[in-house]
Amino acid sequence: MTQDQLAPPAVADPGRGFLAEVVARAGTAARLELCIQCGVCGGSCPSADEMDQTPRTLFAMIRAGMREHVLRSTTPWLCVSCYRCTVRCPQGVQVTDVMYALKAMAVAQHTYLNATAADFSRAFVWNVETFGRSFEAGLSARHYLRHYLTRLPAVAPMGIGMLRSRRLRLLPPRRIRGIADLRRILVCAKALEAAA
Amino acid sequence: MTRYLYYPGCSMESNARAYRDSLAAIAGPLGIDLREIDDWNCCGATEYLGLSRLPAYALIARNLALAEQVRDGSEVLVASCSACFLNLSKANHAMAESAAFSAQVNEALAAGGLHYTPDAVKVRHLLDVIVREVGLDAVRRRVTRRLCGLKLAPYLGCMVPRPDYDGRWTDRERPSELDRLLVALGAEVVDYPLKTECCGGHMTQIGPETAFAMIRRLVDGAERADADLMVTVCPMCQMNIDAFQQEMNAHFRTSYQMPIVFFTQVIRLAFGIAPEALGFGRELVDARPALAHISDAPAPPPEPARVRRPPRPKGPALPMPVMPERGDGAT
Amino acid sequence: MTHAGNGGPRPETASAAAGDPRIGVYVCHCGSNIAGTVDVAAVRDWAATQLRSRGVVVAQDYRFMCSSLGQELIEREIREKGINRVVVAACSPHLHEGTFRTACEHAGLNPYLCELVSIREQDSWVHADRAAATEKAKAIVAGGVERVRHDAELVPLRVPIHPATLVVGGGIGGISAALELANAGYPVYLVEREPSLGGHMAQFDKTFPTLDCSACILTPRMVEAGSHPNITLLTYSEVERVEGYVGNFTVTIRRRARQVDESLCTGCGICWEKCPVAVIDTQFEAGLGYRKAIYVPFPQAVPKFPVIDRDNCTYYERGTCRACEKFCPPQAIRFDQDDELLTVDVGAIVLATGFRLFDARRVPQYGYGRLPNVFSSLEFERLSNAAGPTGGRVVLRDGVTEPRAVGIVHCVGSRDRAYNWYCSAICCMQSLKFAHLVRERTGATVYECYIDMRTPAKGYDEFYQRLIEEGTLFVRGKVAAISEGGPTPEEAGRLVIQVEDTLVGRQRRIPVDMVILSNALEPQADAREVAKRFGISCSLDGWMIERHPKLDPVATMTEGVFVAGAAQGPKDIPTTVAQGAAAAARVLGRIQQGEMALEPIRASVDAVRCSGCRICNNLCPFNAITFDEDRMSTEINPALCQGCGTCIAACPAGAISGTVFGTAQILSQIDGLLLRTAAATAEPAVSVQLEGVPA
Repeated sequence: MTQDQLAPPAVADPGRGFLAEVVARAGTAARLELCIQCGVCGGSCPSADEMDQTPRTLFAMIRAGMREHVLRSTTPWLCVSCYRCTVRCPQGVQVTDVMYALKAMAVAQHTYLNATAADFSRAFVWNVETFGRSFEAGLSARHYLRHYLTRLPAVAPMGIGMLRSRRLRLLPPRRIRGIADLRRILVCAKALEAAA
Repeated sequence: MTRYLYYPGCSMESNARAYRDSLAAIAGPLGIDLREIDDWNCCGATEYLGLSRLPAYALIARNLALAEQVRDGSEVLVASCSACFLNLSKANHAMAESAAFSAQVNEALAAGGLHYTPDAVKVRHLLDVIVREVGLDAVRRRVTRRLCGLKLAPYLGCMVPRPDYDGRWTDRERPSELDRLLVALGAEVVDYPLKTECCGGHMTQIGPETAFAMIRRLVDGAERADADLMVTVCPMCQMNIDAFQQEMNAHFRTSYQMPIVFFTQVIRLAFGIAPEALGFGRELVDARPALAHISDAPAPPPEPARVRRPPRPKGPALPMPVMPERGDGAT
Repeated sequence: MTHAGNGGPRPETASAAAGDPRIGVYVCHCGSNIAGTVDVAAVRDWAATQLRSRGVVVAQDYRFMCSSLGQELIEREIREKGINRVVVAACSPHLHEGTFRTACEHAGLNPYLCELVSIREQDSWVHADRAAATEKAKAIVAGGVERVRHDAELVPLRVPIHPATLVVGGGIGGISAALELANAGYPVYLVEREPSLGGHMAQFDKTFPTLDCSACILTPRMVEAGSHPNITLLTYSEVERVEGYVGNFTVTIRRRARQVDESLCTGCGICWEKCPVAVIDTQFEAGLGYRKAIYVPFPQAVPKFPVIDRDNCTYYERGTCRACEKFCPPQAIRFDQDDELLTVDVGAIVLATGFRLFDARRVPQYGYGRLPNVFSSLEFERLSNAAGPTGGRVVLRDGVTEPRAVGIVHCVGSRDRAYNWYCSAICCMQSLKFAHLVRERTGATVYECYIDMRTPAKGYDEFYQRLIEEGTLFVRGKVAAISEGGPTPEEAGRLVIQVEDTLVGRQRRIPVDMVILSNALEPQADAREVAKRFGISCSLDGWMIERHPKLDPVATMTEGVFVAGAAQGPKDIPTTVAQGAAAAARVLGRIQQGEMALEPIRASVDAVRCSGCRICNNLCPFNAITFDEDRMSTEINPALCQGCGTCIAACPAGAISGTVFGTAQILSQIDGLLLRTAAATAEPAVSVQLEGVPA
């Protein structure tokens, strides 16, 4: 289902409901409420052309309470975390942090349209939670096999080159000594976030 | 020797080994003693934040807490990787900004027997430390082989100059620190307006076409600026531009061959730490042919004292805006 | 409850009000403003009973105490019930202190025996809990009652007003003020830092929205000011020191040496023709043109006399040249002329010191100073000016090529928390004017990139309509970046404006040949310094602060000092002119009175107790304190003193005391606020919960 096929948003006054929800996720320091719709974010974004909405449009949709449209948007998934918009925003809106929050909400509610990005994040985080470090070879192998089989011929020389120059290690990293503590920290953080 | 706490990050162990090795070689001559914090964990890059907020910050903050435990004398935590630098400063900034959030993060840390006091350590990027703490004069004194004739495109990427929570850089759009460092090594720095543009970040993994367009723009810009080499401060940028250049070429049917190396590799070269060729060659786009451009031409004479009042130029051209020197607090 | 070892109520100060205090308390409802949160009747009853022992003989409440009927109530009770001190519990003294003091005066009571305490701004407006707010109101009333017991009968000081006025700043605002005053028949000293009158308006070609020629409407005003018999014109001069007080200021002005004898110079222009040194004129030509080392800023300059720029003159650099001197027909060049200090007496001061342009290099992504064809707004004003460096031809930095497409960028340094939070007010209209001039001169396509189009004055939106009709392409979006074009044919060699067209919701790359930035207006670099010199203050942004943003827009908190024009905040020419005239009207009102009354809020020194330590001497913000070397004691000039109390607090010997804010008054009021005095007589039921204050 694409954006266009979605039902038009409810006309009923959405109030601040959805906006408040996003703000709660992104943190008040993200200053999302202050957006004046100037568009410097969309103008600055290196991947704006590929987004279905510019960040500015997305912020207007959040205000309009268009939850479904927002959480299905491709925009947050195309954010490259370059912070260009964030430093140029005249209102100090932390656009990148809002994008992180929208991704997290879309993941939690399984509303994203393309699983590649979310899957990559989850796999990355699984590695981190397992080893305490990232594991590039494992992550890449799993990711390419799952999402980019057709890309393998093109990417193979790179992989071989990386292995040859010993920039890619096939074995997983050694677990950090404090992995048990780290897991406890993360479990506790997840519980706190769920409670909030 | 000045002691610093040091957070290397996962990339330094794998794809950015050239960064790690060259840094190890120049740290002594630069007089910096990097004490790696024990048992650090991954900073979560840009992935964890996109799944959940508090756990992502707790993950980062564990490193800050470990650093706080061992800071003695030195409270500066040096990060060499851009994403790690950003995440560590981001977590410190978020905790310093909100006591409530800081309390939440610390509640999670307590489950692992840790605690972090906001602002207990000062997170700084390696480039910042070299330019501001070591100083360009000290760097210049160590240069044994001026890199005359080598044209370098300084490339910072995003996460070092932005969002710049602590206001460290000359500016967030076109900071001059890396340029001045490379000039101090005797190299020629080309005007590279894409200096702080994005390399595509994780898009090489999740949206390659978006990433390829960005990589193409960057290498094309460097080529147009007539650079021999791109010089970066970021493992992610180096990886994307170096390792994915061939796939990008295949995608666009182009044939760019723009090598990109870490700034520490270039410093090592200028310091004449033998053997010279060592430290290069791990790139997939080999940088070694470009090194042949280094000439033994004598150092150019120091610039003549500025003429106080340039004569009025002939012709109809209008003068450019008068630019008083911008003080940027750096040597 | 002891301080100064003093338990219980303080002894009364000697007072001219005969007999025991008979205090009337008047509690105002202010409609529902106060009564909505405070139980007014309860406060009234409490004051009448619990404060009876403190001298309260009557307490009343009324819906609007400031109304005629409310005032009459107070007047009647003063007359009929022998009230000799009044406490009104209502709004802030800023609003109605004068009202109630006048009412007391009408009833024959000295107005300084009336206290207005605020139970609105400090109570009902800032609290929601009715019970607590009522208790707080009681405390505030008790404070007023304790204070009023110590009030003394005072008589305002009367000071004569000097009929001359100092106007600082020779732009259109200062010229307007000076001409109003001079035409009314009073002397004016008009001081301007630059060599000529005219200010920014002299740099413009056209003015919005009528597009009349700026020089055509400004020059006659400049000439009139320059030749007016009542105006002493002091250009190339700056005010160094201001002493005195309203009606009687003494101002020291530095007349910088022009190196030209004005009594001989005819303004013939041979000197600047012969001068071999050309320097970039960063002032009048906004860096876009050249001037000589001896110069007048522009042909219509008033006065016509040139100045020598000593920093760039070859003679001052190397001791030779003297070309100007050699060729000057009346021999008016004076290389040895020195600055002069001039002292003048004035009764009032009008500050019309204007603005400066935001330095667009602070927004690096716009490329100003790096990309040649990015121009600042003032640069474009000069570029489009028929008397400017290109004779009014709109061309690129190469001085030759006409642009085919031009982008105009709004809000450069305005409406941006990284630079200036405020809207610079004139930029939308200015940008529309630019668009018109570009179309008129070159026929180029014009893209106007704005966030919000703000055209809210007479004829302004009509001008916007006109520009729409002229075919200007409006793009709603804050420009993200300006860069050199890419390799494509439409971009190569040109500039690219990168912007989200927010009405389309897509990022656009607009290729243009020239970009004009609409720079923010900022306070002058030395605005704070200047404000301090004249005893007034600046806002956080650096704009000079008016006495009241709506009702007293040209006066300041310092009596006798007025502000006009952009020194007070960004504004256009019509508003600046109106403010100049308004300031003049305020000054004329004062001059007409001949003398004026000063609030008798003053500090005085007990010479016997003064140890001569001089600690207070440099603390006075109004320069009212002098030291008498013979008597070895400090003295305070009552006309200069504004009663701020700084010296009183600083005096280690306790030798300085103040009227209205005397120590006894303040400490008693605190006692009252803490219900110390009321508690002595009240039932224990009265308890006030004030956070952090022991009951």
